[in-house]
Formats: sequence, C-alpha cells, structure tokens
Amino acid sequence: MSLEILGIAVLWTFLFGYVIIGSIDYGAGFFNAYSIITGKQHILSKIIQQYLSPVWEITNVFFVFFFVGIVGFFPQTAYYIGTIFLIPGSIGLILLAIRGSYYAFETYSSKGHKGYAFMYGLTGLLIPASLSTVLAISEGGFVYLEEGNPVLDYWELFTSPVSWSIVALSIVAVLYISSVFLTWYANQTGDEDATNLMRKYALIWAVPLIITAVGIVYELSFHNTEHYNRLTDLWWMFGLSFILWALTVWLLWKKRNYGTAVWLLFGQFALAFYGYGISHYPYLLYPHLTIYEGFTNQAMAISLVIVFILGLALLVPSLYLVLKLFLFDKDYVQGKKNKG
Amino acid sequence: MIFEDPVMASRFLTLMTLTFHIIYATIGVGIPLFIIIAHWLGIRKNDEHYIYMARRWSRGYLVTVAVGVVTGTIIGLQLSLLWPRFMELAGQIIALPLFMETFAFFFEAIFLGIYAYTWDRFDNQKKHFLLLIPVAIGGGMSAFFITIVNSFMNAPAGFDLVNGELVNANPIAAMFNPAMPTKVFHVVVSSYMTAAFVLASIAAYRLLKGSRHSYHKKALYLTMKIGLIFAIATAINGDFSGKYLAAYQPEKLAAAEWHFETDDYAPLLMYGILDEDQEVKYAIKVPYMLSILGFGNPAAEVIGLNDFPEEETPPLIVHYFFDSMVTIGSFMIILALIYWIGIKRGWTFVKSRIYRWLIVLGGPLSILAIEFGWWMAEVGRQPWILRGIMTVEEAATTSDYVNVMIILFALLYLILGVGTVVVLRRIFKNNPVEKELKAVEQGDDQA
Ligand code: HDD
Ligand code: HEM
Ligand code: HEM
Repeated sequence: MSLEILGIAVLWTFLFGYVIIGSIDYGAGFFNAYSIITGKQHILSKIIQQYLSPVWEITNVFFVFFFVGIVGFFPQTAYYIGTIFLIPGSIGLILLAIRGSYYAFETYSSKGHKGYAFMYGLTGLLIPASLSTVLAISEGGFVYLEEGNPVLDYWELFTSPVSWSIVALSIVAVLYISSVFLTWYANQTGDEDATNLMRKYALIWAVPLIITAVGIVYELSFHNTEHYNRLTDLWWMFGLSFILWALTVWLLWKKRNYGTAVWLLFGQFALAFYGYGISHYPYLLYPHLTIYEGFTNQAMAISLVIVFILGLALLVPSLYLVLKLFLFDKDYVQGKKNKG
Repeated sequence: MIFEDPVMASRFLTLMTLTFHIIYATIGVGIPLFIIIAHWLGIRKNDEHYIYMARRWSRGYLVTVAVGVVTGTIIGLQLSLLWPRFMELAGQIIALPLFMETFAFFFEAIFLGIYAYTWDRFDNQKKHFLLLIPVAIGGGMSAFFITIVNSFMNAPAGFDLVNGELVNANPIAAMFNPAMPTKVFHVVVSSYMTAAFVLASIAAYRLLKGSRHSYHKKALYLTMKIGLIFAIATAINGDFSGKYLAAYQPEKLAAAEWHFETDDYAPLLMYGILDEDQEVKYAIKVPYMLSILGFGNPAAEVIGLNDFPEEETPPLIVHYFFDSMVTIGSFMIILALIYWIGIKRGWTFVKSRIYRWLIVLGGPLSILAIEFGWWMAEVGRQPWILRGIMTVEEAATTSDYVNVMIILFALLYLILGVGTVVVLRRIFKNNPVEKELKAVEQGDDQA
C-alpha cells in the first residue's frame, strides 16, 4: 500500500468514526428536544446525561483529528478547502460551539433550560447539514479558479440537487443511526418507554434513509459521471450494505437482538461509507486535486504514520476503558451507580 | 470593526479567537496540577478539607475545559480557513506536533470524562485520584505541542526552500527549533502561575465576603505558596526568552524596548511615550538592563530597529505589552513573597482587607499578563507569519466574507464568556462551602 493510500485510509476511518458517534450524539439531542416540545417530557434526558455527557469531548476530538490529519497528510487541501470553506465551515464551528457549551452550561450545572435544549436539538441537524456541504463541494462543479485562487460558486451550490440530496442524507442518517443505537441503549437501561419510542423512530427513518441514498446516486449520474461510473462498479458493496440494512430493520421490527441490530447498522454504514470513499479515489476535490498531487513529503508522511501507530497504542486501551465504564457496565447503564 | 481587506480581517479574527481561547487553555493546563496537589495533600494529611477542595475545583474546571475545547476546535479549523497558504506550507513541515497534539487531546478528554463521572464508583478514593494524572499530562502535552508550532513560526527550521518549494524536510528538526525551549517552558510555567493566582483570588474573595472557614485559609495559603514558586520560575525563564530574542529575533526585542540605535551598554526603557521625532519621553530608564536582558552582560551590543528595513519592523505598540507583562510578573512575585513571609512571621497586615483585595486582583492580572505576553510575541512577529519566509499578506485567505464571520464569532464569544461566568457563579453560589462541608463532615458523601 502506498503512503498516500494509507494516509487517506486512516483519515477516512476517523471520519467514519466521527460520523457514527457524532450521529448518535446529534440525533439524541434532536429527539430530546422533540420530546420536550411534544410534552413527552424527559424520556431521553437521562440517557443523554448518562451516556453522552461523559463522551462528548471524545466525539469532538474525532473531528479535530480529521481536520488536523488531513492538513498533515495532504497540506494542499488546507489551501483549497480553506479558501472555499470559510462560510459553511464557520457556521459549522459556531453550531458546534453552541452544542459543546450545552454540556458545559447545562449538564455540569444541573439546571435545565428549555430554550437551550431546543437549540441543542436544532444544532444536531444543522451541523451535519453544514459540514456535509464539503462532500458536495468535493464532487466538483462548484469551484472555479479566479486569478489562480479557488472561488466557491454559492449560487450553483445552493441550487444544485446534488448538494441538497447530500444534506438530506446526512440528516436522515443522523436520525436513523442514533435511533437504532438508542433503542439498544435504552433497552439496556431497562427503560421500556424510551426503548419503544426510539424503536418507533428507527423504523420511521429507515425507509427515507434508503430513498435519500439512492437519490444521491441518481443525482450524481448527471453531475459527475466519472464518479457515478466508479460507484456503480462497486455495486456489490452497496448491495451488501442494503442487505445489512434490511436485516437491521427486520430485527427492530421483531423487537429482538437490538445489540446485533446495532452491529449490522455499523456494518451497513461502513460498507456504504468506504464504497463511496473508494469510488471517490483518487480525487480529493474533483477535478482540481488528487491524493497524489496534494500529498506531503516522505519524511513527514513517515513520521505521521509512526506517531499514529504510537498514538493508537495509547488510545485503544483508554477507549476500551471508557466503553467498559459507560457502555458495558450493567450497573452504571441501569443508573445504579450515578455521577457525583 | 469592518475591514476593507481580508488580511486585516483575518488578523483581527485570529486575534479575537486566540485571545479568548488562551484564557481557557491556560486554566485547562494549570488547574489539574492544583487539583492533584490538593487531592494528594488530603489523602496524606487525612484532611477532608483538601479532598473537598480538589472536588470543588474540579467542578469549576469541567466548565472551563468544555469552553476551552469548543474555542480550541474553532481556532484549529480557523487556521486553515483564514491562513490557507500558511497551512499549506507549514503543513508540510510542522504538522507533526499538531498531529501529536490531537493525541494529547484524546488522552485528556478520555480521562477527564472518566474522572468527572466516576466520583462515587471507586471504593478507594486514591484510585479515582490517579485518573487526574493523565488529565494533567494531557493538558500539559497539548500546551507543549501547540507552543512548538508557534515557536516554529518564530524561528522556522528543519527544511530548505528551493524556488518556493519546500525540500529536505526534517520534521524533528523543525520541532526542535531555536525558539522551542524557552517558549515552551515559559508558556507552561506561566500557566501554572496563573492557575495558582486565579485560585488564590477566589479564596481571598470568599474570605473578604465574610467566610471564616479554615477551608478558605488553607486554600489561600497553599495556592499563594505554589504561585510564588511558579512566578519566580516564570520571571527567570522570561529572562531566557529575552536572550533568545536577542539572538534570533532582534527586531522583536528592539521593538519591545523602543531601542532604535544599535548600541552597547543599552538601557532598558519602561513605559513612556514616543513623540513625532521618534524620541522617547517620560520613560523610566534602567541603565545597562537591556544589554543584561539580551546577553547577560552590561557591555553587550544590542541591535537597534534602525538597522532593519522599515517594512520588516514590528509595530511599536508591543513595547507596552512587554512592559505590562513584566510589571505584572514582578508585582505578583512581590505580593506572594510578602504574603508568604507575612504568614510565617505572623504579620497581621497580610490578613488585612486591602491586602486580600490585592490578592483578589492577582488572578485577573495574571491572566492579563498571559494576554500581554502573547500579544507581544504575536504582534511582534509582524509582518511575518513565518519569520523571514512568509508574510501575513501572502498567507491570508482571499475570501471576502471574513468581516461577517468577525461579527458572528464576536457574538459567540460574548455568549460563551458571559455563560461561563453565570454558570460558575451558579454552581458555587448554590453550594456554599459551609453547607457542603457540613454534609461531608457528617459522613454524608453526597456533596
Ligand atoms: C503570567 C504570565 C506571564 C508573566 C508574569 C511573564 N510572562 Fe513573559 N510571556 C508570557 C507570560 C508571562 C506568555 C503568555 O506565556 C508568552 C507569550 C508567548 C510566549 O512564548 O510566552 C510570553 C512571552 C515572553 C517573551 C517573548 C518570547 C517570544 O516572543 O518568543 C519574553 C521576552 C518574555 N515573555 C519575558 C518575560 C519576562 C522578562 C518576565 C518577567 C517577569 C515575564 N516574561 C513575565
Ligand atoms: C493556534 C493555537 C492553538 C490551536 C490551533 C489550538 C487548538 C486547540 C483545539 C483544537 C482544542 C480542542 C481539543 C479537543 O477537542 O479536546 C484545544 C483545546 C486546548 N488547548 Fe488550544 N489551541 C491553540 C493554542 C493553545 C495554547 C497556546 C495552549 C496552551 C498554553 C493551548 C492549550 C489547550 C488545552 C490545554 C486545551 C484542552 C482544553 C482545556 O483543557 O481547556 N492551546 N486547543
Ligand atoms: C493562545 C495564545 C495565543 C495568543 C493570545 C495569540 C495571539 C495572537 C495575536 C494577537 C495575533 C495577531 C497578530 C497581528 O495580526 O498583529 C496572532 C496571530 C496569529 N497567531 Fe497567535 N497567539 C497565540 C498562540 C498561537 C499559537 C500557539 C499559534 C500556532 C499554532 C498561533 C498562530 C497564529 C497565526 C497563524 C496568526 C496569524 C498570522 C499573524 O498575524 O501573524 N498563535 N496571534
């Protein structure tokens, strides 16, 4: 494997990690706000307290890792994406800040504020929407060069069906991923109301997920034929992904093996996510930048890889400890041991 | 606040974000050390007060860290958004410490999450306390790595430039650039100093507000004593920073000192103003001191600003930043020293209201010193973003929308800043020490 591919594979994996754990977090916030508005009261608040609060900073680091890593391995992306991503990036940052401060100001100080919970829920949908525009931009067609500087054509971006279908998928995926995960988690806590509620949401969002996903492929066939052709070459990955989706839904429908359903969900998204990533190869930004042109020098690449391996040796055991304490500790999950 | 030019707008936005982030970052680096010390003292002396101190500090700390993480994420991405050309070039050579920093964050975030949510899950308090050590290490490492990046901007090393292309990259040599040792040390030590005086400031305030609890007295004495040590270390290390500047960035030192003509036996000027003919007026003059600060020798020759091309000299305002930082540093040493001797000798005036008010002032002043130091270091690097290699002009984004972003982020920081104060007040107001300690003493450990 060349260093370029290794680099992008590492980054893509971390992005996948962020998409999954970020989605759980974002969706939970939305459902929480929704249940407050509809007067179903704090069915989910407890889960957010118990599971999400201890890990939100870890979720955030996945994001930081991704954008620091991409500048390290592919410094030219800093130039291209940096120049054109100012507005969507800044909006995403402000939303992330509102969200992070929710944990700081609300959960640590233990006094709920409805308006804040509502903002928190709203950011859960807006963040994926604003960050996912970078995927739309990377499909090409929205960036042109003016005096050698890349410029983003906002009109083109906002009127393009491709960008809207990507935004739609990102929102639906957030809702689906988090509802499946929280169904399992609520079931672990033994909270039947929450389980049923989340299961209902999961089933509601399952079909829109497939529709929006197919929508993107359909729109791509007009917008970026090259990418579309490479996508269809990988049909088997998406086919497998679809089968895993069907199995997840079936398990949820039958109200059994929620744990397995979560694993199937991860598998489904992994296949689709890597399928998409592989078909995007070799472009980082169609047609201006490939992973080969944008790559850093040998010395930097090798030292980054070494640091990455050392870093993993440090992280994996610590992450395992977190999972053990907050996710798989039966007493904690069932609320018998509480925070101080 | 509206800038015509994206370069000025980007500079202003960077200034705003970093000035805000550094408050939280400094507390994030410094406070864990004090939580550890208090916790450790509590276990050793078998004194509930110290354990409780650790717990109380860590509650406030959690809030500030969260805002630190949020603002840090902003500056991390903003570096690429506002300075794309800089990150493109620097990414090739200084991405390594940035990348390492994310691992430090990971490490810190993981253990902090565990620490914050497991107060009652360990039968043995000692074990729970151990969780803080990785938190403190993670925070210290973040400061270490990010300061390395900054020192690289001041003294680029570890590569060659051939026709604008970066070749012979050596990431390790880039990390161990000449600015690194003094800078890293100064930043870390001044963080500990600031954290100490911020905590002292809170304890003194409580005592002023009528609390007679020995808890606050213990906290005040502990933090002032440790603060004194770190304040002295900061000043000594600041002297080394001056020597670094004299050797590698003489234009910054000259600007900070309003030293125009190259001269030996150079005096140090404090404050004063410049008239139209660039003459310094009303300054306090300390003979030979600049030569000593720069080279440790009163006879040494110090290069003056007039020896540099005009377009490469930094703004002269850094003089005031430098003087303010040094004044605060010296003031804090004297304040803490007198307090410490006073307590040992039983001088009553160190327990007077006026003295306690001075200590209350010390916390905000130390934070101000941090700001002045960074402004002096960063503005003093102008016009360079990478000294001698790339100017801010060349590095900045070409996007026209930075102005709008300035307004949005200004609002955000306002909300975050006010929110921090309100929440911290609420946490501590609702749980006064006296009430909580009573609960602890009665063996009801639900505090
Ligand atoms: C509590 C904070 C604090 C205090 C009391 C001092 N400093 Fe400082 N100083 C900093 C906090 C700081 C800083 C914020 O950490 C800086 C900004 C950039 C850096 O490297 O450290 C800094 C920078 C800085 C620089 C510039 C380094 C550079 O640009 O590369 C010099 C020469 C000094 N300091 C010297 C001193 C001296 C002689 C002090 C005597 C008391 C002093 N500092 C007190
Ligand atoms: C341009 C400069 C800086 C950048 C790009 C930056 C970046 C970041 C980022 C991305 C985070 C959030 C990490 C997370 O998600 O957990 C963060 C937090 C933090 N930063 Fe900064 N930072 C900068 C300056 C500094 C400086 C100068 C210091 C130390 C003196 C510092 C110390 C910290 C610490 C300790 C945290 C952890 C949060 C906390 O404990 O408050 N940072 N920074
Ligand atoms: C956290 C403490 C810091 C503070 C308070 C601070 C302060 C400032 C200030 C005031 C400026 C504006 C200078 C001007 O335009 O005249 C600036 C610029 C800048 N700083 Fe820092 N700085 C800090 C740390 C860092 C670190 C650790 C890095 C490196 C990673 C960094 C990178 C930059 C960059 C890229 C600019 C823009 C270019 C420039 O204006 O020179 N800063 N900072």
